[in-house]
Amino acid sequence: MEEIVQAFFNREIATEALPIVLQGLLNTVLLSLLVVPLGLLGGLILALLAHSRSPFIRWPLMAWVDFFRAFPPLVLLILLFAGLPFAGLELGGFACVAIAFFLNTGAYYGEILRAGIESIPRGQVEAARSTGLSGLQAMIYIVLPQAVRNVLPDLLSNTLEVVKLTALGSVVAVPELLFQARQAQSVTYNATPIVMAAVIYFLVLWPVVRLLSRLENRALAVRG
Amino acid sequence: MSRWDRFLDTFFNLKVMAKYLPDILSGVVLTIELALAVVITGLLAGLILALIRSVGIRPINWLIIFVVDVFRSLPPLVVIVLVYFGLPSAGFAPSAFVSTWMSLALVLMAFAEEIFWAGITSTPKGQWEASRSTGLSFSQTLLSVILPQALRLTIAPLTNRTIAITKGTALGTVVALHEILGMASSAVSNSYNPSPLMMGAAAYIVLFLPVVVAARWIESRFAWKR
Repeated sequence: MEEIVQAFFNREIATEALPIVLQGLLNTVLLSLLVVPLGLLGGLILALLAHSRSPFIRWPLMAWVDFFRAFPPLVLLILLFAGLPFAGLELGGFACVAIAFFLNTGAYYGEILRAGIESIPRGQVEAARSTGLSGLQAMIYIVLPQAVRNVLPDLLSNTLEVVKLTALGSVVAVPELLFQARQAQSVTYNATPIVMAAVIYFLVLWPVVRLLSRLENRALAVRG
Repeated sequence: MSRWDRFLDTFFNLKVMAKYLPDILSGVVLTIELALAVVITGLLAGLILALIRSVGIRPINWLIIFVVDVFRSLPPLVVIVLVYFGLPSAGFAPSAFVSTWMSLALVLMAFAEEIFWAGITSTPKGQWEASRSTGLSFSQTLLSVILPQALRLTIAPLTNRTIAITKGTALGTVVALHEILGMASSAVSNSYNPSPLMMGAAAYIVLFLPVVVAARWIESRFAWKR
């Protein structure tokens, strides 16, 4: 028992590692604040394009979304980080994370937003257009607000996954929570910093998981 | 050499590709093994937890909910790192394969339990009462009346979640597992040429794209009734 405590919940090492790990938490928050809006933006672009009725836009778009649903995000990240320098383009870990998230999470957000937009009856757009709103205005003021509300649980669930996904940044040396914890672990030869990181992830994300669980149960009960 | 030729020679170098093809293929085999192991054990464990939860023993349910919440809130990579680098200090040193498998199976278990449970609870209470009053036992009701209906409801969300988690086999690279990405990365540093990485990327597409397309079909076939 004493050994377990020493290896995983070592108080001295925890005190020593705390500033390093907290710096990681701060960076994870900042990274999330960057990649979540970036992914939403990518998704919005895809969803608006998918709204087009032309098959020359719809089919390539579906292929694009399926491609990124099939492609592991870590592989995409490594491809950018290790592959692009051979083309003379050295972007650094941070920029690679931003691009990879824009592409990968954008595809997921795009699917969700598309479903949301499709859930709004066409009559709403027609009514909006007939009162004199332009197509763009109808989309922004009439369709999107309702669409987002209809798929809010899915958007939240995907956002949770995106925040969890920022841990991939550690692989390309972005100093986020997991990276910082592993640094502290390799210096101290003790697993305590990683346990700290795990506890922090859990404490921060648990309320979101609880909320989602309730929303999902309610959604399924209504549909069933 | 023109620019285009130089591009091909760098990213699609046939000599390098031929040399590392066996490595990539062995990575493909390992990825498939790992993916199957994760999917089978993860889904099964999730189903078992959901069934136990439906029995309704309070303290056990709280424990299940807690475990499920933990693995839903931790990033899979954190779980893998914790298992692979942490557990040896507790006197149990799992291999890279076992670490990745265990971690991803636990994560899939958590999400699957939640989806199965939602499916079970969405079946109207009257069904339980009707089955019990015809003389079926609790487990007969659960297994032959409730579960078949619940499973149909869960297929679409379960498929998507399973794909997303199974793609995580690539995370094994971080603990030096020789799956596709791991093989490709070490081939890149050995040959100082990115062609193996392009092969690895292609391998993932070949493996997962049919699954994603199949999932689209399943989604429309078993879509939640509205």
